[in-house]
Amino acid sequence: MPKQEPEDRVKNFREVALGYTEEMAHEEANRCLQCKNPQCRKGCPVDVPIPDFIKCITEGNYADGISVIKTKNALPAVCGRVCPQEEQCQKMCILGKKGNPISIGRLERYLADWEREHGVHVPERAPSTGKKVAVIGAGPAGLTVAADLVKLGHDVTLFEALHVAGGVLIYGIPEFRLPKDIVQKEVEYVQKLGVDLRLGNLIGRIHTIPELMESGYDAVFIGSGAGLPQWTGCPGENLGGIYSANEFLIRVNLMKAYDFPQKDTPIRVGKHVVVIGGGNVAMDCARISMRLGATVCLNYRRSRKELPARQEEIENAEEEGLICRFLNAPLEFYGDDKGWVRAMRCTEMELCEPDASGRQSCRIIPETDFTMDADTVIVAIGQTPNPIIQRTTAGLETNPRNGTIIIDDEGRTNVKGVFAGGDVATGAATVISAMGAGRRAAQAMHDYLTNQEPKEGSS
Amino acid sequence: MHRYQGVAAVSYEILLKTQLAHKETLFEVSAPEIAAKALPGQFLIVIPRAGGERVPLTICGYDAEQGTVSFAFHEVGKTTKELGTFEKGDCLYNVTGPLGNPSEIKNYGRVLCVGGSIMIAPLLLQSKALKAAGNHVTTVLGCRSKDFLFMVDDAKACSDEVLIASDDGSIGEKGMEFLDELLNKERYDRCVVMGPVVMMKKVSEITKPYGIPTVVTLTPIMIDGMGMCGVCRVTVDGKMLFGCVDGPEFDGHKTDFDELIKRQRTMLPEERLSSILWETSGGCDCERQ
Repeated sequence: MPKQEPEDRVKNFREVALGYTEEMAHEEANRCLQCKNPQCRKGCPVDVPIPDFIKCITEGNYADGISVIKTKNALPAVCGRVCPQEEQCQKMCILGKKGNPISIGRLERYLADWEREHGVHVPERAPSTGKKVAVIGAGPAGLTVAADLVKLGHDVTLFEALHVAGGVLIYGIPEFRLPKDIVQKEVEYVQKLGVDLRLGNLIGRIHTIPELMESGYDAVFIGSGAGLPQWTGCPGENLGGIYSANEFLIRVNLMKAYDFPQKDTPIRVGKHVVVIGGGNVAMDCARISMRLGATVCLNYRRSRKELPARQEEIENAEEEGLICRFLNAPLEFYGDDKGWVRAMRCTEMELCEPDASGRQSCRIIPETDFTMDADTVIVAIGQTPNPIIQRTTAGLETNPRNGTIIIDDEGRTNVKGVFAGGDVATGAATVISAMGAGRRAAQAMHDYLTNQEPKEGSS
Repeated sequence: MHRYQGVAAVSYEILLKTQLAHKETLFEVSAPEIAAKALPGQFLIVIPRAGGERVPLTICGYDAEQGTVSFAFHEVGKTTKELGTFEKGDCLYNVTGPLGNPSEIKNYGRVLCVGGSIMIAPLLLQSKALKAAGNHVTTVLGCRSKDFLFMVDDAKACSDEVLIASDDGSIGEKGMEFLDELLNKERYDRCVVMGPVVMMKKVSEITKPYGIPTVVTLTPIMIDGMGMCGVCRVTVDGKMLFGCVDGPEFDGHKTDFDELIKRQRTMLPEERLSSILWETSGGCDCERQ
């Protein structure tokens, strides 16, 4: 797929990947073997009928193609861009055994972009069931649940704490990977399905879950994500210039600080940025920092092999000039007399035996301290769920270790009528896994709602 | 009506604008859902217009029946200067709240409430609630000079006693040192301080030797105000806490004020630039409705 050249794109925030032309989409779609027993579909967390939509492309039947996707996936323009296809559908593709799987994500993106240009078709809703559902959080999980349930005829209110819907798609993923107007179009689609979106409503404060249930909602889905940043715990971490990945991303993506002072929210990035971490979030922070004019070093405590970020993003970042420094961890941050970070002390690490999860753990190599300059540090070592809902919902079972909400395979919490899914239940994961969780929960909620006795006084 | 897409029919109309002092303004805004839940000590995130900043402002009044909530601000940076140009009848783009934990309001006995500059407005909400809970309330109003003093009558109406202090001594006591003498003479069971960080630090230092539990309301830099960004982190009793979800009230004797002061200043050059551009552009309000 064509991309902006690295030396150009590192100077702007426009989308890096430019998308297929019609000819390219046909050429790619024609390679599909149309397997009778399609493995790709088994690799898709939301069960998109992949060969079917690819067939539509070969026939030039784009409207049907996008409809096929939307039977299972309400956010194809997003998924076509940010899903780790190489780990999912494309990993299972038979052609992949010979090293060149179908570019399923790019084809999905092609259809979604085609639809945006040609007018969005809104499917009909099932007749009203008279049931009311509250969905908390307008991110990937919440949008999926809301879209699924409204199509099934339930009355859905989607509560979003921020002033813009989209969750991590808006505040987390940068413009150059996922343009924000595309996210807004996907959100508008969910609204067109009939979902009532309430922005600036922090559940737990403005209404608690017990209050929602009392006020007539028959079921609640919690998809509030994992937004609470984790820290290194090293001395000096509260110095100026040390950002959590979330602060950095919210300033730049949600508040458009890269456009300061045209936009009101500022960001300050120095010459030497150090990003601590190795996931997709770390990669996003690094690539933004380069676009803001800094030299960026990624410090990761394991080796290159263990980097959790998508391969494509690592390659993109390195093409743009990212320096990676593996097997080290921070010990202390040093500031200048104004309280701004100026340097950090690190230690070298070594890998040791895999732990119970099979992941190699690592340990400090004693007396290998070194100091490096850093006038900006971004801590991107993970997030845990925000505690507000857990603190304000009596009896809701959570994991005491990290605050995630405990659910069964279908997304049921221990509280009757309350479901959850996505990062709030699993800890930080991917967009598509949150959507998959949303899909399963929506089905379970539908079963719950349709088998439920009608409430007295409710219509 | 404001014009952004995809929002429920909520309009944060300014129903009342009160000029408290030269650059201090109080807005009463229509926000029925927030008004129904707001409590003393909580705050709002206000976005004046599309594309604007998210500004945390402490709640200084609410009326569940009328569906209104009020907040006050001091024109200091671009966004607060811009807010100052809004008039009665204008609508704000978004108001989110109530955020943060409510104040603990109990009958402690004798409570000293100390407010400084714009934070006098939300302090009086606490004075009133503490008085209603049966406390003897002494309210101290701190200001830069007599021209910046406001809400004296409101303070008198909700306190047993009102004292005034100014930085330059142009009205009332000069500085906060007189509190030392006051505490020597009178017994107090609790102290509540809301104001500039340096003032909260000073008052906390004064009350500490007397062992008076002292609650400060911290107003660190915030963006989301709901526990996501971590920019509002403060060190209290050696632990990292978030102003928005753990606060905004903390133990004044355990708060690391010096760190907070440094963190407050981290974006000063950008804030100045933004403010200067706003003023030189004549305070353009073309994007507002």
